[in-house]
Amino acid sequence: MVPILEVQDLHVSYSLPGGASYTALAGVRFQLMPGEILGVLGESGSGKSTLAASLLKLLPSNGNISKGSVLFEGKDLLCASDGELEAIRGKRISLVYQEPSVALHPALRASEQVFHVLAAHESAGKSTLRQKTRQVLASLFLEEADRISSSYPHQLSGGQRQRVLIAQAIACGPSLLIADEPTASLDPTTQMEILGVFRTLRDELGLAMIFITHNPALLAGFADRVLVLYGGRVAELGPARTVLSSPKHPYTQALLQSMPQILEGTANKRKTKLRAIGDSSAIPLPFEGCVFEPRCPERMEDCRKREPALVNLGESHTVSCFKYGG
Amino acid sequence: MQPLLKVERVVKAYSSKNVAGAREKLLALDGVSFEVAQGGTLAIVGESGSGKSTLGSCISCLEIPTSGSIWFEGRDIVALAESERRKVRPRIQLIFQDPSNSLNPRWSVEEILLEPLTLQGKPKQEKMRQRAVALMTEVGLSAELFQRLPAQLSGGQRQRLAIARALALEPKLLILDEALSALDCSVQAQIANLLMELQRTLAMTYLFITHDLAMAAHLADEIVVMNRGRVVEQGPAEKVLRHPKEEITRHLLAAMPSLDSAARPPLEL
Amino acid sequence: MRFFLRRLSHAFLLLVGVSILAFLFTTLAPGNYFDEMRLNPQISPETLAALRAQYQLDRPLPVRYASWMNSVLHGQMGFSFAYNSPVGPLLFVRARNTLLLTITATLIAWGIALPLGVWSAERLGRLPDRLLSWATAALLVIPDLALALGLLVFGVRTGRFPVGGMTSLDFASLPPAGKLRDLALHMTLPVAALVLSALPLLIRHVRAAVAEVLNAPFMLAARGHGIPRRTLLYRYALRAAANPLISLFGFSIGVLLSGSLLVEVVMSWPGLGPLLLESILSRDLYVVIGGVLLSTIFLVSGNFVADILLYWADPRIRTKSGSR
Repeated sequence: MVPILEVQDLHVSYSLPGGASYTALAGVRFQLMPGEILGVLGESGSGKSTLAASLLKLLPSNGNISKGSVLFEGKDLLCASDGELEAIRGKRISLVYQEPSVALHPALRASEQVFHVLAAHESAGKSTLRQKTRQVLASLFLEEADRISSSYPHQLSGGQRQRVLIAQAIACGPSLLIADEPTASLDPTTQMEILGVFRTLRDELGLAMIFITHNPALLAGFADRVLVLYGGRVAELGPARTVLSSPKHPYTQALLQSMPQILEGTANKRKTKLRAIGDSSAIPLPFEGCVFEPRCPERMEDCRKREPALVNLGESHTVSCFKYGG
Repeated sequence: MQPLLKVERVVKAYSSKNVAGAREKLLALDGVSFEVAQGGTLAIVGESGSGKSTLGSCISCLEIPTSGSIWFEGRDIVALAESERRKVRPRIQLIFQDPSNSLNPRWSVEEILLEPLTLQGKPKQEKMRQRAVALMTEVGLSAELFQRLPAQLSGGQRQRLAIARALALEPKLLILDEALSALDCSVQAQIANLLMELQRTLAMTYLFITHDLAMAAHLADEIVVMNRGRVVEQGPAEKVLRHPKEEITRHLLAAMPSLDSAARPPLEL
Repeated sequence: MRFFLRRLSHAFLLLVGVSILAFLFTTLAPGNYFDEMRLNPQISPETLAALRAQYQLDRPLPVRYASWMNSVLHGQMGFSFAYNSPVGPLLFVRARNTLLLTITATLIAWGIALPLGVWSAERLGRLPDRLLSWATAALLVIPDLALALGLLVFGVRTGRFPVGGMTSLDFASLPPAGKLRDLALHMTLPVAALVLSALPLLIRHVRAAVAEVLNAPFMLAARGHGIPRRTLLYRYALRAAANPLISLFGFSIGVLLSGSLLVEVVMSWPGLGPLLLESILSRDLYVVIGGVLLSTIFLVSGNFVADILLYWADPRIRTKSGSR
């Protein structure tokens, strides 16, 4: 099978006032197969939102993609013209943003927002487009579709707004969906609902998805593969089950251990400290060596000198850590 | 021993006009009762709209309940006159979900910390500064950050600053309204550890409002489950989580994302 | 509906209040129309007294106010001493001339400011935007008077534009097309002066409002959906930036009658401005009050129109006021 998306050696940096530059992504590489859900696990500062924006060249004006390629169905998006990109965005590749409360236009009704996306890409007549709008909204909202269609964003709940955003994203039948923290501001029940929506989309429409989040628990039972991003580099990449249950990279291990879990024997663990990753926050990334080295509980001499390469552990599970070679 | 906080049949109603123009009463809280012992942690869990945030506002004196009593250190703050209530307010502090909203973006860290100290009437400039530095150390922030603006801090640092500011008034009760929800997972662990440490050293009592059951399970002694303004279930954390009695509690437990859902079938909706 | 009625009643009360204040201030101001005449030894005090009685200047204030109000309701708005005729028709003719000028200028100014502001906001901080900012700053700094005079000089030097008045002497004998052309020629300089003085403020506001919106998350999300640039700018950005601009537009409407005074006087345009100036200087009481009232009506209507437009444009206002 041919991968639908192939990212190779992506390097992205931001130019800061005063001439300095900040590397957001360095050497990111992965593949995505049609119908596959890739979970990108990363915290603030890991570069996950930069990744989402770079894939469609939607970086702010001070962002530059210095190296690498993003091959979508064989064509390099980074070399595409603005016109070609406009045609791809929303139609072949869609982006679902976090914060649904601000990602929707405040003065347009839900149906209008979906309509505009359709109108931007399809050249059918207005009534056909309106028909399609109704269909898309109906598929996501079932009975409430009519009421939601004519509502404004401020009249909808968080989950409903998120569904409108999803409706906009799937309206033109894309083959790839990039979701950047789509459930961040929702409560757990709604989170589960939205995850269910995404799963249905994959099952029924064969959509490939890149699901970006900072919460590993959301990816369990949902993503096929997981990519762990730290400091703009790929720390670990492999099948979800493996990465989440027996992670190899020290960062992934520490992250998963720091999460409170309701497990058997919780009573003993209650009110004990969580295994937090280091105590002080916001340590700047080192200039050379492994990015995780300052906070790594298992650091070695080499870790400060050079960056580890990605090592293949078999079963398409790769890690970038000196513990395993590199 | 007398509980530090005792909420008794608190009702909070809002009236508004609906689209047809008729006056509607919205019961945000419909007879809520529970107790919190000194030095303990009570978690209030529920979905959006269950009334948990309204409860937090009422207890912290930001809003006055329509009826019912809130006993704090033996006095009913609902029945107090405003002048008396003002004296009680510093002893109950509220930490919000989004620190970037609750911190003045134009003030430096130092100014943010000095504000409550000034209000307390601490006269000497030097004394205030010392206290501010002490507070920063208590929450794990370096005094080097004094001149930074909130926007120049990370999410975790901002939340620590919000906690430091709350501690400046030497409160007895800290209400955390989804205080960890906006933070990254690993930062949540750090702040949770900080909170537990503070509870140990300062004998702090916490009211932890959240929809994250896993964190509630970890931090709380008792759990109160709310739905539509009512308490549907309450009890020791272990009991509520292991043997939930109500449908809603079970639903909340099932909706909780967990790392071993690899073994769990997807939620039936 | 309740929204409109409430706003309308507020507006009405405001007008009544302003009329009382205007009446009070002008009548209490020292001097009256006949002071000039008093200096003239040929006019006897009895004549003066008779004149004053005729114009009711010796009655108590509330009575005068009441009779003036009555005359307003009949469209006459009191009596002008200088012109010896009811104020109403006098004002209306002059107001019409003014409106001709200001409505044209407002439309042109907004028509230029909107695209320029949007264009500038898109290129925020870059060279084209900065050049425009300097140009508008320069324009802002130049006093309206200097602008008007400068244009007059330009008109005289080039000889292509008439430098005063509204129509040529032979206006009545021209064919309709000729009349239009004549009017347009006469209007060019004053309209140019008004447009140039209004542009800087408008462009800055449009630029600021649109720039703020351009960075909003929903704009980025829309770009992510592949919505083309043109739709993004005009359909999305302007729509969201509308609130402050609508208020500004309401203000533009509000000053339709009063904003052109200086230009009219300098360029001898027979509008409300020169009339008011003259009447203030000669204490022609009722003309002044009538002019003030008319200007206030416009100001209040401008606000009212802005409120209605806001209500229509921003669904958050609409639904909030419905549920209150």
